[in-house]
Amino acid sequence: MSATASASASADERLLETSPLRKLLGRPELGSVVGAIAVFVFFALVADGFLRAASLNTVLYASSTIGIMAVPVALLMIGGEFDLSAGVLVTTSALVSSMFSYQMTANTWVGVGVSLLVTLAIGAFNGLMLTRTKLPSFIITLGTFLMLTGLNLGFTKLIDGTVSTKSISDMEGFPSAQDVFASTLTIGDVNVKITILWWFGLVAVASWILLRTRAGNWIFAVGGNQDAARAVGVPVTKTKVGLYMGVAFGAWISGQHLLFSYDVVQSGEGVGNELIYIIAAVIGGCLITGGYGSAIGSAVGAFIFGMTSKGIVFAEWNPDWFKFFLGAMLLLATLLNAWVRKRAEATK
Amino acid sequence: MTLVELTDVSKHYGNIRALEGVSLEVHAGEITCVLGDNGAGKSTLIKIIAGLHQHDGGVLRLDGEEAKLSSPREALDRGIATVYQDLAVVPLMPVWRNFFLGSEPRKGPGPFKRMDVDFMKKTTHAELLRMGIDLRDVDQPIGTLSGGERQCVAIARAVYFGAKVLVLDEPTAALGVKQSGVVLKYVAAARDQGLGVVFITHNPHHAYMVGDRFVLLKRGTMVGNHTRDQITLDELTRQMAGGNELDDLRHELQRT
Repeated sequence: MSATASASASADERLLETSPLRKLLGRPELGSVVGAIAVFVFFALVADGFLRAASLNTVLYASSTIGIMAVPVALLMIGGEFDLSAGVLVTTSALVSSMFSYQMTANTWVGVGVSLLVTLAIGAFNGLMLTRTKLPSFIITLGTFLMLTGLNLGFTKLIDGTVSTKSISDMEGFPSAQDVFASTLTIGDVNVKITILWWFGLVAVASWILLRTRAGNWIFAVGGNQDAARAVGVPVTKTKVGLYMGVAFGAWISGQHLLFSYDVVQSGEGVGNELIYIIAAVIGGCLITGGYGSAIGSAVGAFIFGMTSKGIVFAEWNPDWFKFFLGAMLLLATLLNAWVRKRAEATK
Repeated sequence: MTLVELTDVSKHYGNIRALEGVSLEVHAGEITCVLGDNGAGKSTLIKIIAGLHQHDGGVLRLDGEEAKLSSPREALDRGIATVYQDLAVVPLMPVWRNFFLGSEPRKGPGPFKRMDVDFMKKTTHAELLRMGIDLRDVDQPIGTLSGGERQCVAIARAVYFGAKVLVLDEPTAALGVKQSGVVLKYVAAARDQGLGVVFITHNPHHAYMVGDRFVLLKRGTMVGNHTRDQITLDELTRQMAGGNELDDLRHELQRT
C-alpha cells in the first residue's frame, strides 16, 4: 500500500507543476488555432480589403464547402481510417440526384432522396469492405475512388452524351431544394451562405457526439486501440461503418449544394478534394494514426484553408503560392501533433 | 462453487493444434493459475474463456451449464472479464473514458441520450482510490500511468462492473518487482471479494504466492493440474522450467 501511495503521490506532484500548461497542450485544436490567428493576421496586413465584411464572407463560404466534408472526415480519422473516395463521392451524389430527377422527370426532392440512399450505401460499402476484408482503408477507398471516378464519367457520357448533366433548374421542387442547399440568407444586414450554417451545425453535432455520447467514446477507442476496444465490448464494425456513412452524409450535403448552386454537374469534378479534407482535419489536430482529434479542429483547419485560398486572391498574388502555404501548414501541424502525442504517451 | 469449468477442451487453427485436452476449474474466491512457456497455448486458452475464439472440442461450462461464447460481449454479459497484458486500455484516452469503455452509463431522453460524464469521472476516481491509486486528474491520458497502475485500473474496472470471473493475462510480465507486488495484492483483493480468478503467468513464484490451483501447459497440451496441497513451489518451478527435459539437458551438458 505504501509503495502505491508514494508512487501516486509523486505522480501527483509532477502533475500539479505542469497541469495548466498540459491542459492547454492537451487540446487537439491548439496548434490549428495558433495557426489560424497567424494566417489571419498575415493576410489582414498584406491583403487589401481582407477585413471587409464581404471578403470575410467569401472566406467563410470557401471554408464551409471544405468544412462540411472535413468534419466527418475528421471523425473517420479519429476512428483510425481514411476515405480517399470522399472527394468524388460528392460528385457522385450530385450526379445521382440530378440524373434521377431528369431521367424520371420526378420532383427534384425525389432525386435528392434517392441520392441520399445511394450515397449512404456507398459509405456503408466502404465500411463493410474494410471491416470484412481487414485490408487497409487506404487500399479499399482508393479502389472506390477509382471506381467512382470512372462511373461518374462513364454514366454521365452514356446517359447525357457529354461530361456534364442536363439543367434541372426548371423542374419541380428545384427552388425549394435550392433554398435548403444553396441559398443566401440575410441575417441583419449580413448575407450568409446557407452552407455556413450547415457547416456550423455539423461541427456542433459532431462535437457533441465525440465528447458526450457513447458513440464518441467508441470512435476514440477504435482509432486509439482497436483490439482493446473490441475486447471490452465496443462494436468495432458498427462504429466504423457508421463513420463511413457519416462521410457519405457529408458528401450528400456537399453534392446537393454543388448541384443546386450550379444547376448542372461536371462529372469529372471532386478528384483531389479528398486530400484537402484530410489536410483540413490534420491541420485541425487529428492524428494521422487515429485516436486523437476534434471536430472543432477540423473547422479551424477548413477556415485556414479558406483564408489562405481567398487571401492570396485578395493580395493579388499568383494562386500558385496557395499550394505552398498549404503544404507548409500541413508539415507544421503534423510536427506539432506528433510532439503532443509523444507527451501524451510519454511515461509508461 | 464452480464458475468456469473446461473439460478436455481443444482448439485448432487450420492444421495447427493450438490446444489439446485442457481441463481447468475456476471456483469463486479462488485463484486458478495457468502456467506455461511461450507458445504453450496460454493465449489460446484465454481467448476461449474471453469469447474471442470458440473451442473446437471438449466442453466449456459456465455455472455448470454447457456454453460456447461467441463474442467478448457475451463473455462480459456472463460475468467473465478479461484483462489483457497489452490490450487492456486505449493509451491516448483519458482514464475515465477508459474505465467505462464499452459499458458507458447514459442519461437523458431519446436522441439526447448522453454519457453521464460527472458520474463517470467521480466513480473512476473513487474506485481507483479504493485500490490506493489517488489520481488528481482522471482526465489525463491513461498512457501516462505506470504499467502497474494501468493493470490496476483494468482490474478495478472489471470488479466494478460486477465480474464474477477475472481473467488476467500475464499481469506481472512487464513489471518490476515492486509493481508486481502491487498487482498481486489486487489480485488477492479481488479473490477476497469472492471473484474467481484465472491468473496466467510464466512466473511460478508469482503463481505460488496467490494460487489455489495450478494448470501447466506445454506445447498446447496440459502436462499438470494440481491443487495447492498437491505441489510445492520447487516442484512447480521444476515442471515449469521443463522438468524432466531439463534433467536430460543437464546430463547431456555434463557429458560434453
